[in-house]
Amino acid sequence: MLRFLTQRRGRDRLDMTDWIAFGFLGLGVFLMLGPVLWLVLSSFKTEAALQEYPPKLLPLAPQFVEVEGFETALQRFQVVSGEHAGRELAQVRRIGLNAQMIDPANAGERLNVHINDREPVRAVQVETENYTGLFTRFSFLRYFWNSTFITVVATVLTVLFNSMAAFALAKYRFTGRTTVFLLIIATLMIPPTVTLVPLFLVVSQMGLINSPWAVIWPAIATPTGVFLLRQYMLTIPDDLLDAARMDNASEWRVYWKIVLPLSAPALAVLIIFSVMWRWNEFLWPLIVLNRSEAFTLQLALNSFQGELQTAWSSLLAMTVLTLLPITLVFAFLQKFITQGIAQSGVK
Amino acid sequence: MAEVELCGIVKDYGAVRVVHGVDLTIEDGTFCVFVGPSGCGKSTLLRMIAGLEEISGGDLMIGGARVNDQRAAERGLAMVFQTYALYPHMSVRQNLAFGLENIRMHKAEIAARVTEAARMLQLEPYLDRRPRALSGGQRQRVAIGRAVVREPKVFLFDEPLSNLDAELRVSMRGEIAGLHRRIGNTMIYVTHDQVEAMTMADKIVVLRDGRIEQAGAPIELYNRPVNTFVAGFIGSPRMNFMPCTVTGRDETGITLQDAQGRVLQAAVDGRTVAVGEEVELGIRPEHLHPDPEGYPVTVENVEQLGGESYLYVRTETGVALTAHLTGQTTLTCGSNAHLAIRPDFAHVFRKDTTALPRLRLGELENGTQP
Repeated sequence: MLRFLTQRRGRDRLDMTDWIAFGFLGLGVFLMLGPVLWLVLSSFKTEAALQEYPPKLLPLAPQFVEVEGFETALQRFQVVSGEHAGRELAQVRRIGLNAQMIDPANAGERLNVHINDREPVRAVQVETENYTGLFTRFSFLRYFWNSTFITVVATVLTVLFNSMAAFALAKYRFTGRTTVFLLIIATLMIPPTVTLVPLFLVVSQMGLINSPWAVIWPAIATPTGVFLLRQYMLTIPDDLLDAARMDNASEWRVYWKIVLPLSAPALAVLIIFSVMWRWNEFLWPLIVLNRSEAFTLQLALNSFQGELQTAWSSLLAMTVLTLLPITLVFAFLQKFITQGIAQSGVK
Repeated sequence: MAEVELCGIVKDYGAVRVVHGVDLTIEDGTFCVFVGPSGCGKSTLLRMIAGLEEISGGDLMIGGARVNDQRAAERGLAMVFQTYALYPHMSVRQNLAFGLENIRMHKAEIAARVTEAARMLQLEPYLDRRPRALSGGQRQRVAIGRAVVREPKVFLFDEPLSNLDAELRVSMRGEIAGLHRRIGNTMIYVTHDQVEAMTMADKIVVLRDGRIEQAGAPIELYNRPVNTFVAGFIGSPRMNFMPCTVTGRDETGITLQDAQGRVLQAAVDGRTVAVGEEVELGIRPEHLHPDPEGYPVTVENVEQLGGESYLYVRTETGVALTAHLTGQTTLTCGSNAHLAIRPDFAHVFRKDTTALPRLRLGELENGTQP
């Protein structure tokens, strides 16, 4: 792995192309991974650290100290310059550009320090409460289950229906085949917002509002999926299907035992797409799911963001947890995409 | 085990007719080869017999029953495809068993048949491999094995050897012929390679443009081709043709004259031609032999294979001829030579390409060249 990552064009020293390649790749990694890394680090910050400006990358929390005679804990500061340079003081209050501070060891004496002369004392503090709170204070598992159920069921049905449609369009000759296919493709040109209202009317007439099926049913027939699978199935040789028919296989068995397994790479792509679509879907669930126990994760995330106040720590923690499953699905399935394309018993 | 009978089989693709009323009987246990140039309809005909193409007209009988409307699986046939069509996601064992599982056969019976077929085709070491881990010849054997385990009435082969290299093709040819001898089923084999046809067939059916040109035993087709197409198609290298005029005829044959006025004899039945009629003389390359009294030609190319030699020559009238000589030759490019043909080796075809019946077969005299 290391050998692979450090291979270069120049033999002993870095070639010009190496500089460009590593520079470009480094920029790409920074752009792609940077925000995610920041998100993960921030999700472990305390609410106070999140409010801090300018923001820090690491989950550093300002430190406080209990001082006799004060009801609340006082923030600790290190004085870096001026009269009291080198001392660690606690801030009582801030007045304009000056801060009134005391030495915790000597609580009687009030000291005036210019705010530019002091720096807050920080320590790394991992706030796991952000995560545990999701389970105790919010019904995270409920949302997680809703999202998972919708994603899994919709993906299974999407793959099943799309592959059957694609099989018929790719491998059967019938009048109007091209027309049907073009009609399916043509629906890609209709923006989803146009069908939003009619779709809502249908779904509400069927009494599906606030049921996960309201999200699942409208989503399973995807033109992209049919197109993707059909194009892939066209590459499966007809001879294989004929051979299976000679082998007494019914049309269903031809589909189930021959065409479906051989379409695995295309199915993997569709599964990844479908999981991403359903997991990340926001607008449609927002419309049809309006009771909080029916919420998906995306809707729950949205509900953290109030009009006046946003629970950033919970929001970030839940965002991280929301990202995890889809990352795992992708990591697991991506090898299937490339694998098996070369798989062919036909010379 | 069954006889296959085709009565006026027709295939139309829209308004285009690709198979024009084929009548043919393939007796039980026959190894029948359909041969013809590409696009002659031989594969279409095979696929119609298999049930993979709809039959537009005529009757197809297998074992005496009309099967036009039966699905491919119900006809009790097995087919070996040109591309092998092995299921790439299944192991060899699963490939062999798939057809039997589909008819819900008992597991033990399936295992027994697969084992038997694997033993017969020497596939035992590969049973758990995927097709992509096999060589071309092994894949071919798996494809045959998949047909064998089903114990079909008739085996169909669609150009099964065309993806193999020359050496493997020869050995697989022997294996398929051996398989036929062992199990004795009716087999229908499609190929465009006339050598395969000649070596394996009990019966050859030569097709052109969706019609049968001639059907019969290989040697029969070689000795008595009914027209120039069959004459040119069967035999390698191709038969030589030379335009001639009939100048005389009697009960031993006819006399011909070429454009240069040279006189040739042919032992064919001349009753249906008139003196002065234009005909086509056909001479197989292996029946031309050097003779000082023979036809003067210029050698254009020589191929020496050691045991045999090919001469590519041109006559004074510009007709290109190929001669196949046994042994080696001292002739070189550009030299002059004289080639002769015995009358009982000559084929004569009318202007409408049909052959005149031969009176004597020179090939039958110990099968040797003069």
